[in-house]
Amino acid sequence: MSGALLQVEDLHVSFSTRGGMVQAVRGLSLDIAPGGTLAIVGESGSGKSVTAYAVTQLLDKAGRIVRGRIRFRGQDITRAGAAQMKALRGAAISMVFQSPRTALNPIRSIGRQIMDAVGAHQALPRAALRARALELLEAVRIPAARFDAYPEELSGGMCQRVMIAMAIACDPALLIADEPTTGLDVTTQKAVMDLLTRLIAERRMSLILITHDLGLAARYCREVAVMQQGVVVERAPAGTLFARPQHPYTCKLVAASPTLTSTVADLVGGAAASLPPEGEGGAKRRKGDVAMDSVPVLSTESVRASPFRPCGAPSPSGGRNEGPLLEAHNLVKRYAGATAVGDVSLDLRRGESLGVVGESGSGKSTLSRLVCRLIDPDGGRILFDGHDIGAVAARDFHAAPQRRDIQIVFQDPHDSLNPRFSAFDCIAHPLRRLLKPAENDMRRRVQESAERCGLSPDLLSRFPHQLSGGQKARVGIARAIAVAPRLLVLDEPTAALDVSVQAVVLKLLDDLRRDEGLAFLFVSHDLNVVRMMCDRIIVMRQGCVVEEGPGQEIFAAPKAAYTRELLAAIPHVEPEPALAG
Amino acid sequence: MALLHSIGRRVGKRLVASLPALLGVVVFTFLLMRVLPGDPAAFFASGPNAGQEEIDELRRQLGLDRPIPEQLVRYLYDIATGHLGRSITTGQPVVRDLADRLPASLELSLCGLALALVLALPLGIAAALRPGSPVDHGVRFLCTLGVCVPTFVSGLLLIYAFYVVAGIAPDPTGRIDIFAAPPPDITGFLLIDFLLVGDLAGWRAAAAQLLLPAITMALFVLAPLARMTRASLMAVLGSDFIRTARSIGLASWRVVMVYALRNALLPVLTIVGIVFSTMLGANVLVEKVFSWPGIGSYALDALVASDYAPVQGFVLLIAAIFVVVNLTIDVLYGIADPRVSIE
Amino acid sequence: MNATLRHAAWVLRGNPVTTLAAAGALAMIVVALLSPWITPFDPVASNVSNALQPPSWTHWAGTDQLGRDIFSRLIAAARLDLAIAASAVGLSFAAGAVIGSFCGYRGGRLDRAVGRMVDVLMAFPLFVLAMALVAALGNRVENIIIATAIINLPFYIRFARAEVNVRRNAGWVEAARAGGDGHASIVLRFLLPNILPNMAVQISLNLGWAILNAAGLSFLGLGVQAPTPEWGIMVAEGARFISTGQWWLVTFPGLALMLAVLCFNLLGDGLRDILDPRMRT
Repeated sequence: MSGALLQVEDLHVSFSTRGGMVQAVRGLSLDIAPGGTLAIVGESGSGKSVTAYAVTQLLDKAGRIVRGRIRFRGQDITRAGAAQMKALRGAAISMVFQSPRTALNPIRSIGRQIMDAVGAHQALPRAALRARALELLEAVRIPAARFDAYPEELSGGMCQRVMIAMAIACDPALLIADEPTTGLDVTTQKAVMDLLTRLIAERRMSLILITHDLGLAARYCREVAVMQQGVVVERAPAGTLFARPQHPYTCKLVAASPTLTSTVADLVGGAAASLPPEGEGGAKRRKGDVAMDSVPVLSTESVRASPFRPCGAPSPSGGRNEGPLLEAHNLVKRYAGATAVGDVSLDLRRGESLGVVGESGSGKSTLSRLVCRLIDPDGGRILFDGHDIGAVAARDFHAAPQRRDIQIVFQDPHDSLNPRFSAFDCIAHPLRRLLKPAENDMRRRVQESAERCGLSPDLLSRFPHQLSGGQKARVGIARAIAVAPRLLVLDEPTAALDVSVQAVVLKLLDDLRRDEGLAFLFVSHDLNVVRMMCDRIIVMRQGCVVEEGPGQEIFAAPKAAYTRELLAAIPHVEPEPALAG
Repeated sequence: MALLHSIGRRVGKRLVASLPALLGVVVFTFLLMRVLPGDPAAFFASGPNAGQEEIDELRRQLGLDRPIPEQLVRYLYDIATGHLGRSITTGQPVVRDLADRLPASLELSLCGLALALVLALPLGIAAALRPGSPVDHGVRFLCTLGVCVPTFVSGLLLIYAFYVVAGIAPDPTGRIDIFAAPPPDITGFLLIDFLLVGDLAGWRAAAAQLLLPAITMALFVLAPLARMTRASLMAVLGSDFIRTARSIGLASWRVVMVYALRNALLPVLTIVGIVFSTMLGANVLVEKVFSWPGIGSYALDALVASDYAPVQGFVLLIAAIFVVVNLTIDVLYGIADPRVSIE
Repeated sequence: MNATLRHAAWVLRGNPVTTLAAAGALAMIVVALLSPWITPFDPVASNVSNALQPPSWTHWAGTDQLGRDIFSRLIAAARLDLAIAASAVGLSFAAGAVIGSFCGYRGGRLDRAVGRMVDVLMAFPLFVLAMALVAALGNRVENIIIATAIINLPFYIRFARAEVNVRRNAGWVEAARAGGDGHASIVLRFLLPNILPNMAVQISLNLGWAILNAAGLSFLGLGVQAPTPEWGIMVAEGARFISTGQWWLVTFPGLALMLAVLCFNLLGDGLRDILDPRMRT
């Protein structure tokens, strides 16, 4: 591989933390040819971003290259001096970062920042710099009129395009994009990635795309390298890798990534029992986290076997009448003049699972909170089991008899647990408030509920910061089902989780629903997840429902243009034949 | 143009926002004057054994027999027309006394602030650029110590060291040597007036007189300023957009000067406003230590002598200065941070 | 409980400066509590024949213009100064935490109005306000406490408000509502316990500030009156003798003030670092 543009051999990177040295990258090797496109895929803590920062020497102060060699165009740049790196950065190797809003200087206009990027390597007069910056703006399809705009005035997608303009300003040979579209909506993601790859191709640049999303990697890169715990475990052309993964970790990752056709059972596949505890191999781990890797998370197999009947609760399916469990009519919610939810109606049968899909700003989260009676609607009615629960003010609903029947699982598992409560108290608190059982009865219920969610009893005494992401998600679910609700509102329950953890959590939720006859209102930005988890789907946009129907139908024959756009934008992991066909 | 417009709007908003506080201060001083020190009429009466008739007459003259709301309105009218009463101790109108003494206090505070900024900014920047280095530890030590020493103690110790022991500082009383000739009163700021008449020797003497109290002031606010500069610059240096600036190959001095420093100074600007207003309070202490003829010592003397009109005038004046300072900071902030004008 | 103690011990071992500050603060509190019994001389008994003696083995900090032992006066003053600061901070903390968290949780127009008021008040020269307050209320120890408490109040309101504000929409607060908790219960059982550690930092930092304020007022002749031993008054009395070279009259009370403030400030900084390493400055 003497012709390689970038060659990394046996790279070791360590971070000094309060708990001692932590190895983030341990013996990584990879290379990329001129004009090549390589995706580095891995879950959080796999060391994929650290690798990128090591190449450009942008590691934060605690990080250090311990061993290994990095060669760019045959030249060793592992220990290049500041002046040499400065000459390389931007001119030969440039980067595009995650969260574009914070990656741009908030008090400098975007035009000036692009001019800075040009001027960093070319001594041009001001007018020439400006002309070049305008060209670049045009290249990334931002109107010249926005030259003097500040990052705050632009959308996330626009900011990322400014970032791309800065990265290509001096025609570098290699562009490293670190999770460039994480946090952007799926349609924006498509626009940004299409633009990025088109510019790369036009300018004959090489691209290293760092991402957690296998679909994105497969769609935009010819080659994919899978990283786990600081090393590349497998590398292959994209099609081959997904069609015939060789390494067990790759198999698991490929299986766990939702596709157009996968079912919940497919996600965990045969590998479920051997799934590692979440977040293993985390790079910048804090001291308190270290111990938990030794505690096995119960696999879903053993979970399924455990019989669970919410004791003392009315049988979930034993309703008083056979009308819909939940009806919402013409719900409206406005915030400061803007309409978050405008005239939405929906109904949900007992034991049914209804998916709500939309991009940011579609009002889906607001809708979930309205249904959950955490906020008051500005108009419309909400009926639960025939009772007009919308008539009870949100501030008094905690004392309503239906409070225990409607529970919610939140998006960020970390943020949704009281930092000063142990896992046990987190689960027990709603029980205490809503059912007021005797102390030992309650203890038993908490344990049953935890066990049902695959939490081993010894985890219950831990505090949230001592639990991994997946474990926290399980505590959140255990808390919601402990009071034996009839409707579970799930607000992006897996959005903050790695894909393999997501797979296990989705499986758990699906089992719970089938076994307990729970009804789900499942809110997500991920169409694939909703399709697997739900019987029916509502597609929302700007506070309104644009399409509603059974999941399979919507996928097979979307009626609304917006739904088609959404579907087209999802990057799928597609096996080779599909690509060919 | 748009910038000016938005700054104008901000200034307007801030003025409106400070109205409740100003009103609070006015009502407070009203209570201070009319209600708390007992019966002002008895107080203003010729002596402790003044007859009831004389007191009643005084009450009528002072309007104290009217209902309280009416008194408040009259009081507001007096303030608006600049009638703050007369000091018993000096026998002069309070407004004139304050106008005479204000330049001394402002000169001291502004010099102290300038001195503090000149020291604090480089120290904070040096510490932030090399965290964990000896410079950083030194600055942190200085900051920790700086906030612990009360101004009146540091002032006295400075007098001891430079006047008593070393003998290089002039007699620490007042703005000017008792036997020296003061310059003509043009602006009231001695350093400016001496320059205006071209009296360099006088200027040097006044500067020497000013130096110790100004250092005392500067020491008092050095710590918060340096600390804020350091913390804010460190936070900015660790932010994403600095990483971006480095990733496009900008020279490191340019990264620090253009990208980091300008962003980092925004919070420092806010702190300068707060620091200046604490200096207005600390003025009282420093002026007492150095027998500085400013508004602080004037108000203090009046307070001790139970002469309440000057105290009230002093509090009102401080409130007015405070509003002006905050407006200035706001305007500067509006120029420095484009985000403010976006909204 | 045992685990908590062990954790505290582990934390203190890793932060020697904080440990030292905590020990210093504790020592000062103990001295203050025991001061009536441990002063080597009577702090108010004057002995003019022995006036203005420099520090010696008998009088560690020398004697003042009336021949009183400065060291004994320093110890006696610790009691008064710390008591003033502690009561003032206690008062403003109690009031500020409740008002602040209530406003922060409620949000809306009232909260914004309170927030603006507090911001304006904080930028106002508070020492001047305290002076005027003491002048208006009268020269008594209680009034010093009240004045100091009032000028501390905005800090606590602002702090509690900000802390509750960032947590108000946290998932676990919404979860508590879904779990059947009413508003009062959420503020008292969920939010207040969560902000208490950070409030403790604020308390420690504010104690130092309160000591300085009270001493400053006394130095000006407001509040505590001579011959009561108090650090601020001692400095004020000693100031007359600085130009004649009797430095110890000012230096030792000054040092006592500095040490007290230093201990509480370092303790506060250390606590903040331990609670939130990212805030390290």
